[in-house]
Amino acid sequence: MSLRAAARAYPALLRTGFASAVAYRAEFLIWMFSTNMPLIMLALWAAVARSGPVGAYSERGFAAYYLCTLLVRLLTGSWVVWELTMEIRQGVLAMRLLRPIHPLVAYSAENLAAVPLRGMVALPVVCILMWSVRGQLGHDPFLWIMLPPALFGAWLLTFLVMALIGTLALYFESATSIFEAWLGVSAVLSGYLVPLDLFPQAVQRIALFLPFRFLLSFPVELMLGKHGAQHALALLGAQWLYVAAALLATNLVWRAGLRRYAAYGG
Amino acid sequence: MRRALAIVRAQLRASVALALQYRLEFLVEGALAILWIAATLVPVLVVFGIRDAVVGWTFPEMLLVLGWFVALKGVLEGAVSPSLTTVIEHVRTGTLDFVLLKPADAQLLVSVAKLEPWRIVDLAGAGVIFAYAFGKLGRAPTAGEVLAAGAMLVGALLVLYSIAILVVSIAFFAVRVDNLLYLFQSVFDVARWPSTIFRGFLAVLFTYVLPLALMTTYPALALLGRLRLGTALGALAGTVAFAAFARAVWTLSIRKYTSASS
Repeated sequence: MSLRAAARAYPALLRTGFASAVAYRAEFLIWMFSTNMPLIMLALWAAVARSGPVGAYSERGFAAYYLCTLLVRLLTGSWVVWELTMEIRQGVLAMRLLRPIHPLVAYSAENLAAVPLRGMVALPVVCILMWSVRGQLGHDPFLWIMLPPALFGAWLLTFLVMALIGTLALYFESATSIFEAWLGVSAVLSGYLVPLDLFPQAVQRIALFLPFRFLLSFPVELMLGKHGAQHALALLGAQWLYVAAALLATNLVWRAGLRRYAAYGG
Repeated sequence: MRRALAIVRAQLRASVALALQYRLEFLVEGALAILWIAATLVPVLVVFGIRDAVVGWTFPEMLLVLGWFVALKGVLEGAVSPSLTTVIEHVRTGTLDFVLLKPADAQLLVSVAKLEPWRIVDLAGAGVIFAYAFGKLGRAPTAGEVLAAGAMLVGALLVLYSIAILVVSIAFFAVRVDNLLYLFQSVFDVARWPSTIFRGFLAVLFTYVLPLALMTTYPALALLGRLRLGTALGALAGTVAFAAFARAVWTLSIRKYTSASS
């Protein structure tokens, strides 16, 4: 498959992906509403901050942090790991392999196409809430310019890790368990549950280098204006290095895995 | 009544046998459950690394609430949800006919249809959390406190199950919405904090409308010997009324059921 053919087909794939997201809108909404962990965490930290600020965060600061977290999580969400492992187990992947487009490219279009709808549903609500905590958001326009590539990097990294772990289903059955373990560690180290700068120093030092931070915390840090322009640029570079590494790994594992694939069911 | 118990026993034996076929999965899922308990504890550990008390709850007291949360979450995701998810599947495919045809109460049959026995790890984890918390408190709960906590726990389980039944009843009217139970599971995460964490509208919502916060807070208060008798009795009365309401909605929904297959 040539890259040009994929590029030509991509807009059409995005359109069909968007149409299917609209078609299943009730389910779509319910999946969105079940992303409520940032708000639950906000309830705890807001209660803690009632008796004075915690670290760099006041009650409003926590509100800003967790609202940004919620927004980033909604915009960078993906579900390819569940679809991929199921299709490998049921043999549906065979059908995808027959098409003249790489299955992972097709999956990426389906997942990416849901982002605009999620944005449309989430943005009005989040904008109103954000307005109420606007004093806590960053003021440096340069950081806001960097936000789109950082968000796209976060989405791509999320997608690639899911694709990588999902591909492991070609080798053994419990690939989804590996992903659940990844989710558990990621919830802690990506800043989803607790802002990374509230962890003890030793934990922080590790968390800042691991890929988890670039899935979620990094775009949030940009929105809150936590970095100088230069440092932020370096972090963006690091994020995209992780993206490149994940792309390479996914490619290798996919190729080696396909050689052993014997479509069950057919 | 004896017949109902026999049915429950037989169903449970069958579902445990079914789940125990996958031994490796048992180990893997057990390990995952431990990982998730750890992830649940992390925010509380961070908070109490910074503060001594949060809205009047000290670290060991908060651990009691979390212990009940871990235990109830285990019951919800290990027993209630798997069983009731099969109901939604039955409604969608029309195979609920086979359940309704059996000479026993349909609600009873579907409620113990499927188990994930590795979730027993959650109950063990809750036990460890309780032991540690009371070690920190430097005392053991009295028999009366344990008894009161047990009564509140039964109430909490009943409410949990009733909400799940209500959610599943929606499947009879809106067949396409099969992830509602998942939504409830994620909303249940609210129960990890004591009810006094919430203020204003949320406090009312999680105390009276969707009594999630009380499910873990009241048993924890009972263990601490701080739950007033009047409050406890009121909560239990509310629980029974709620369960009766859920049962009524279920019977109404069953009557609406028109098989999808035939």
